[in-house]
Amino acid sequence: MEHKHTITVIVHDKPGVLSRVAGLFSRRGFNIESLAVGTSETPGLSRMTIVAKGDDEALEQIMKQLYKLIDVLRVYDMPTDTAVEREIVLAKVHANANTRAEINQIVEIFRANIVNVGEDSMIIEMTGESSKVEGILKLLEKFGIQELVRTGKIAMLRS
Amino acid sequence: MRHEQGAAHAADGYARATGKVGVCMATSGPGATNLVTGIANAHMDSIPMVAITGQVGTALLGKDSFQEADITGITMPITKNNYLIKAAEDIPYIMKEAFYLARTGRPGPIVVDVPKDLQFKKINFKYPDSISLASFKPNFKGHPKQITAAAKLIAASERPLIYAGGGVISSEASKELLQFAEKCNIPVTTTLMGKGAFPETHELAMHMLGMHGTAYANFAVQECDLLIAIGARFDDRVTGHLARFAPHAKIIHIDIDPAEIGKNVGVDVPIVGDVKSVLTALIEKVGPKEKHPAWVAKLEEWKAKYPLGYKDTGELKPQYVIEQIYRITKGGAIICTEVGQHQMWSAQFYKYDKPRHWISSGGLGTMGFGLPAAIGAQMGRPDAVVFDIAGDGSIQMNIQELTTAVNNKLPIKIAVLNNCYLGMVRQWQELLHGKRYSHTDLCNNPDFVKIAEAYGAVGIRATTKEEAIKAIEESLKIKDRPVLMDFRVAKEENVFPFVPAGQAINEMIID
Repeated sequence: MEHKHTITVIVHDKPGVLSRVAGLFSRRGFNIESLAVGTSETPGLSRMTIVAKGDDEALEQIMKQLYKLIDVLRVYDMPTDTAVEREIVLAKVHANANTRAEINQIVEIFRANIVNVGEDSMIIEMTGESSKVEGILKLLEKFGIQELVRTGKIAMLRS
Repeated sequence: MRHEQGAAHAADGYARATGKVGVCMATSGPGATNLVTGIANAHMDSIPMVAITGQVGTALLGKDSFQEADITGITMPITKNNYLIKAAEDIPYIMKEAFYLARTGRPGPIVVDVPKDLQFKKINFKYPDSISLASFKPNFKGHPKQITAAAKLIAASERPLIYAGGGVISSEASKELLQFAEKCNIPVTTTLMGKGAFPETHELAMHMLGMHGTAYANFAVQECDLLIAIGARFDDRVTGHLARFAPHAKIIHIDIDPAEIGKNVGVDVPIVGDVKSVLTALIEKVGPKEKHPAWVAKLEEWKAKYPLGYKDTGELKPQYVIEQIYRITKGGAIICTEVGQHQMWSAQFYKYDKPRHWISSGGLGTMGFGLPAAIGAQMGRPDAVVFDIAGDGSIQMNIQELTTAVNNKLPIKIAVLNNCYLGMVRQWQELLHGKRYSHTDLCNNPDFVKIAEAYGAVGIRATTKEEAIKAIEESLKIKDRPVLMDFRVAKEENVFPFVPAGQAINEMIID
């Protein structure tokens, strides 16, 4: 069965590690949808959050292969129901005097922020789960999205 | 060595013949990239190797400098791990770590890339006593619960079969395998990599399975009710059509690499651990009880009905040459091979009773492997009789290493089974492409006897059975230089049995 998986990988913070991990996904036929990397709570270790879609068995094989990389310490498949998931999006939306009010309303409903206003556009910052992010983007589409930046998903198990 | 590829294969051959870590060195750029095939070869066959490469100075890194190649980037998918050293102080512990990783757990090749300026630095030498890596802890001891579960399956089985691979050899577990098979009276088939893991003259030996395996081994796999895979990885050359492989069998899979479990086939009882340790524990838990006499008798019947063979037409047949090498060396030689028909005949017609006597490129199928591998094997085992059984195509892919063998006075016997074809590809073109031969005719081969002589080796030609026997006997008398024997064999001989790719393994062309 094909599923979207969120995989967390704890790695040594060393040059080349990102390329080892990413290379393994492409070599074994997996397309990475998003990848977020940053330092972790332990100095010298980084945490990668990878979203990839694929067959459950193939994914198990990828996780085992990830474990074989000498710089990888831990790998886990985040269960969607018990994890907090977030993504940040910046969208530069076309806006003029006629549309600003409507955009404002959408931003309020979604608890997003307007972080910059220009003469004919505004930048909207949105944090949330993927479904929420997709929701606001869908509504903003009709105004014209000039630029879009997404951090990729990060996730943490609930305590 | 005369070519870096030769150096990598020699290190590999040394490792296979001795069980120790093989080492090769090359300069930066093209030197390093020429090692790549040899590193990939060692990676596919899980051979412990450390390849040390030179690199441009640290100040020149990343600037497309003269003879700069990103060898750590290039070898990332074909090494167990690799290092680009950034400080001279790191050299001692990285070297220690490299050797530790190469030989520990599932063995494999490691690349250490050393920039030029660091090679000139003086440091206070501090060598660690031991290596401990939080992220590398292979599991050696099999889980007792799994071992008990395996013993139960074995006790319940009426038609068990052992399928042993190269992992038995890297784990040095031949003795335990023999004990286990004899205690439970279970027949043993081996992979190409597993040849010699179990004595091939033993009555329980079913010999090689798979694409060019024996008919009786393949029938046994398809009929068994329990398949015990030991240090093997269900490669496509072994399984043929995967969904129709061993259709009646429950499967026990013993391997040190958890990623191999369930990779290609579903497993009933996985045991992650070192083969030697797991077998030792398993032997304690099993039989002696049911000896499944009906099953063993059935296999005996297949063995008698479908023996390996070839048609004696009076011509010099390649299989005959190998039978004679086996007879004259009394089965005691170390046989290295290149890749192709001669390799399969060497696997079929020479019987290997001991591990580390069969040295052949399995996973990658690297033509040109045999001669440099024989050099490495002879360096590691100076008293052994070392053969490189070659084809006329393969031998030309690293023939420059004849110089290395001559310079080092290595008495390697090179047996070229010369059929003036890239024979294995020709065979596929004959059987699967209606004899439309394309780029496989090597009728313009050089004179191999003259080539041997030009290099300072001995060259002998043999065109008849009598000459073949004389040539082999003659070659064994020469102790101070290599001998190349040019056996002019029947041109269109085929390797049988043959399971065309994608077929179930009992759907063989037998002859």
